[in-house]
Amino acid sequence: MPTFGSHIYVFILAAFLGLEVIKRVSPLLHTPLMSLTNAISAISVIAAIEVCGLDKEHTTPLATVLGTIAVTAAVANIVGGFMITDRMLKMFKKREVKK
Amino acid sequence: MTALLSNILAAASESSAGAEVQNALGVVTSVFAAVMFILALKWMSAPATARRGNLVGEIGMAAAIIGALLGAHVVRYEWIVVGFILGTLIGAPMAIWMPMTAVPQRTALSHAFGALAAAVVGTAHYHLFFYAGNARPHPVTMAFLCLEVLLGSLTFTGSLMAAGKLQDLLPGRPMVYKGQNLINLTILGAAVICAGMLIFHPQIQWLFPVLLVLAALFGVLLILPIGGADMPTVIALLNSYAGLSASMMGFVLDNKLLIIAGALDGASGLILSIIMCRAMNRSFANVLFGAFGQVQTSVATTEKKTVRSATPDEAAQIMEAAQSVIVIPGYGMAVAQAQHKVRELYDQLSKRGIDVKFAIHPVAGRMPGHMNVLLAEAEIPYDRLVEMDQINGDFAQCDVALVIGANDVVNPAARHDKGSPIYGMPILDADRAKTVMAIKRTMNPGFAGIENELYYADNCLMLFGDAKAVVSGLAKELADGAANN
Repeated sequence: MPTFGSHIYVFILAAFLGLEVIKRVSPLLHTPLMSLTNAISAISVIAAIEVCGLDKEHTTPLATVLGTIAVTAAVANIVGGFMITDRMLKMFKKREVKK
Repeated sequence: MTALLSNILAAASESSAGAEVQNALGVVTSVFAAVMFILALKWMSAPATARRGNLVGEIGMAAAIIGALLGAHVVRYEWIVVGFILGTLIGAPMAIWMPMTAVPQRTALSHAFGALAAAVVGTAHYHLFFYAGNARPHPVTMAFLCLEVLLGSLTFTGSLMAAGKLQDLLPGRPMVYKGQNLINLTILGAAVICAGMLIFHPQIQWLFPVLLVLAALFGVLLILPIGGADMPTVIALLNSYAGLSASMMGFVLDNKLLIIAGALDGASGLILSIIMCRAMNRSFANVLFGAFGQVQTSVATTEKKTVRSATPDEAAQIMEAAQSVIVIPGYGMAVAQAQHKVRELYDQLSKRGIDVKFAIHPVAGRMPGHMNVLLAEAEIPYDRLVEMDQINGDFAQCDVALVIGANDVVNPAARHDKGSPIYGMPILDADRAKTVMAIKRTMNPGFAGIENELYYADNCLMLFGDAKAVVSGLAKELADGAANN
């Protein structure tokens, strides 16, 4: 039987940490924040990789297809998410000091 | 390595020294990635450090992926490579060429992708339980698995709907019908019952696709009644759901990195949706089930009131005499693609030593922070972009408040008219400026279908026309004026 106590601990602590850290994010950056957290939550790619990479004897074609779909979707979010976040952040410039 | 897969593979994996090393490597990369993700969000707090934040996020992700690729049970790489290539081909072009006005659509699509990954991985694991022969997964595991696919499936279709509405592939107006909430709740209830049965009887395999379909249907129906002005809240909420489904996957797989990253994403989406709800003085339930901006027929006060209008020439003269100007951009500015013209106007005014600031309402645009990104793209310095609470005190001393494509967020009725649907919503106090100029195509009411009494105020001048044309006219008048002097 799996033990879930420590997982709930981790979940609650991470959620509180997230709330505290993200509360401090300037409203200026809420759009890039959302694309960044989206890229981060594409960490599900590691689960998808495991499904995809299982030894043939321990998996089925259906599971491999599902795994490939999941890797594709997650990688699209990782690549796209980090790239567009950087593209947006590059646009935020201070006023040039000369006049 | 995850407990689930370890169970499945228990027969095959004699714990060798090699597997021990691989496990240790997995733990190290996971902890490293979790720390990097938290730092990424911390550095996101200010523009000066934000790019560094994004970079450490990338590093953390790369480490986690390397750790996963070297995992003990990953023996075939061909399909992983296929997925990486396809995903890059989908993700990169969207990030490189998507115009900033379309960022809300891209964000909604990426929530859909994230949710799809969660739902599909959950389905694969459920399927593998039976293939592996131990068809009695623990009820707690099943509970998290059901929650994962329920959230994943409804977020997938819901986000696709939201993206379709934002891209104008679907009608942006709320779609409502009689008994809508009852039908929606019945479908959600049915999905929950399916999940409940699967928790204790996972061997009833036909229930699983039923659960997926019901949740997907609920996602579609949930977004039907959502209108454009509510999109910021809904996108934030879908963001939260996508994160939670990834977190649930972590519970199923006994993987703490997934739990942490998913919880961070869920927390972020939750905070943003709370901020959005507050900025509209509405509750979650009201956003999701209220079908805002749709049946305002009761507002039938058609007493003839007069408005004063001005030409760009007259408006430019007033602006030239001003010391401070506050611009209030709304989604209308983005629709008219006027942001680069706004930048020209900003340059002309700044050149004259006039103080120009931009007042940003939290729900301006179609997603949280959208207006800031649009103005930053037009190279307006970010220290000129001021949030609502900080700027509202400045309107009383401001000579000109220029409203471009915003409407409900400057309607003074929100402060005093208890009968107004937007009563109580925090607004930008544009009406307190000495002169208000509002650029508007016609006198038609805005998204919420509410008359805006600001336009009838004595200190308000209407500049009728397309936002881009009017702003460019203003900038030109000012430029000509400067040339003549």
